[in-house]
Amino acid sequence: MALAPTVAAQTTTRRTRDEWVDRNAGRMMVLPAVVILLAFAIFPLIISVYLSLSRFALEAGGFRLKFVGFYNFRRLLFGAQQYHFLGTLKPLNWPEWIGLGAFAILMLLWLGRYVATGFTALGFIGRLISAGLATGSVTLALATLPAGAYQGTLLTTYFYVLVGVTVQFLLGLGLALLCAQPIHGRYLFRVIFFIPLIVTPVGVAYMFRMLADMQKGPFAPLSSALGFGEWSWATQAWSARLMVLIGDTWQWTPFMFIVLLAAIESQPRDQLEAARMDGASSLQTFRDITWPAIAPIAATVVLVRLIEAFKIIDIPNVLTAGGPGLATESLTLHSFIAWRTQDLGGSAAVGYLLLFVSTITCVSFFTYVVRWTRRYQ
Amino acid sequence: MTRGTDPRPLMRRLFEPRRLDTMAPAPRIFTYAVLGLWTLIVVFPIYWVLVTSFKIELQVDSGPYYLPFVDFQPTLDAWTFMLLQNNTLGPYLNSIVVALASTFLALLIGSLAAYALVRIRFQVKLAAVLTFIVLVIGVIVAVGALDVPWPAALVAAIVLLLLALNTYVRRFNAAVGNNDIEFWMISNRIMPPIVAVLPIYVMFQHLKLLDTQIALISTYTGVNLPIVVWLTRDFFAGIPLDLEESAEIDGASKFRVFFTIALPLVRSGLAATFLLVLILTWNEFLLALFLSNANAQTMPVLVAAQNTTRGPQWWYMSVLIVIMIAPVIAIAGLLQKHIARGLLVGAVKG
Repeated sequence: MALAPTVAAQTTTRRTRDEWVDRNAGRMMVLPAVVILLAFAIFPLIISVYLSLSRFALEAGGFRLKFVGFYNFRRLLFGAQQYHFLGTLKPLNWPEWIGLGAFAILMLLWLGRYVATGFTALGFIGRLISAGLATGSVTLALATLPAGAYQGTLLTTYFYVLVGVTVQFLLGLGLALLCAQPIHGRYLFRVIFFIPLIVTPVGVAYMFRMLADMQKGPFAPLSSALGFGEWSWATQAWSARLMVLIGDTWQWTPFMFIVLLAAIESQPRDQLEAARMDGASSLQTFRDITWPAIAPIAATVVLVRLIEAFKIIDIPNVLTAGGPGLATESLTLHSFIAWRTQDLGGSAAVGYLLLFVSTITCVSFFTYVVRWTRRYQ
Repeated sequence: MTRGTDPRPLMRRLFEPRRLDTMAPAPRIFTYAVLGLWTLIVVFPIYWVLVTSFKIELQVDSGPYYLPFVDFQPTLDAWTFMLLQNNTLGPYLNSIVVALASTFLALLIGSLAAYALVRIRFQVKLAAVLTFIVLVIGVIVAVGALDVPWPAALVAAIVLLLLALNTYVRRFNAAVGNNDIEFWMISNRIMPPIVAVLPIYVMFQHLKLLDTQIALISTYTGVNLPIVVWLTRDFFAGIPLDLEESAEIDGASKFRVFFTIALPLVRSGLAATFLLVLILTWNEFLLALFLSNANAQTMPVLVAAQNTTRGPQWWYMSVLIVIMIAPVIAIAGLLQKHIARGLLVGAVKG
């Protein structure tokens, strides 16, 4: 008998607790994610700003961070580390000036059109930033690409990202279009083509080092027959970069392929059949029916790949260790090497420059391309 | 796997059009040739690695030899060395534990958040968010530059935040809603890990957790959360409300509804997300390089470390690559039909 009130009291407290939990369920569901993202993304990001503005020095019994302002950034953009980040710049000759001028005019026209058609201050500032980065990158390419100049890690990263993603997209799209045809063994192809995606990038790098070995690799007889026996791709800047790009493309084409194939297969069938009945050529069918249907997905998958491509480190690190010289060093690898030489400030500064470049590029792509492909939805 | 023997009627219905014509011979040959060529490009490197793992040093150096039993005699030397004598199983176990645990955690935490963001309306005062950011920067500057002891700075910041929440924050109406929170969560993925890894390294150093599985598991959970939120939010948005509503009328709590009704409905999408996050974690290199050393070393770091002064020993390396690929292929095979759908939904909705 004496137990009854306690049981009742317990039930009430439990009920109120349950009610409290249910009322705050939403917050409790979101809170863990917010805390983790704060701890592993936002706080580190803010602390990195501080690191990038200071110089790290080992001292007796620990280390010291000395605030140095924008020294690390100045050094990378204008100072002693410019050769590493931007490359060795050559003065432009007159055809290059004309090319740069033409590009700048193109950018100005684009900005002018935006002002004429619809103007918001935020949109204009955003476009100004995009146009600024694009013009700066073109200037950099013109100043460092001619013979005798050396490209820095920024341009190398751009090369991996822009050329790599374009090639992977085109290959993935081509394979997906072929695989969507009424053929036998479609599921088998799909399973096989998926495999490179799951091989660890470090493994991919070793794999391609093994394959590209001109003395004892599988293609050694072929290359010596063609007279390439003594030649090594690892000693020249562009062949080494191409090798990194081949490894990256082997790994990431499947990603494009799988998503694009799913998109192609889920487009409305009746339009395709109607077009076929009317005798449309396959090129016309692709241009007028398939492409508009898959364009939003294609743009999004390119965006996803763009975001990830800027982070490349594993393949150049293992395949070439950044060499010859700095030729294959990506920005992440650059930052990592700076960290290894105890230059914490420089490492954080490179990381931040990478963050700026990749964010501006990805947000630009989203605003001008992904949004544009979705305009009919 | 021809069409005739395909056991999946749904896939057939979805993916095989009722065509009036089949392909003409010429494009058909072209299609098979290109797809065959790409199959070769995909398979040959993996075949070469597999074959190399059964070679000994002499056979690699005097090579190339292509076919086991035909032009060289395969041995298990590299396998027995790597699995029994070399310390391979430690990193292998680390990789398994870290990948599974962090994938599971990311999926749980991420899908909870995504579900709440789809189903429950949030209003966070903009003034509160701004105050929070200012206080975080204040704490970092105070601790880093002005040598204030960190517990004091932390307590001061919390007091100030509570004070702010109960005073001026209430006067402002501007608020961030579900879309803003979602966008913020997903946009974290744009951040290159190299920017965040130095402070994370220092943090774990202070907590004496450097080179432990806990450090890797929690970091990977954070890194992959944006992907999980992004993909699963679309799965949850795609399921009808009725079931959840009727369960709530019957008195089920939100958590109960989530675990017993919502989660099972999106299991196909969860499977795809699981596989994607698992692959990303299993293969992750940069963070593992920073955060693990001897005890918690994972497989990608071990593989990368094989580049010894004698040059890479291809036969040992190949064993490592093969045992890294094998389990993921098995899991991918099990979940294969979910993958395309899962990726597609994420891509469609963006």
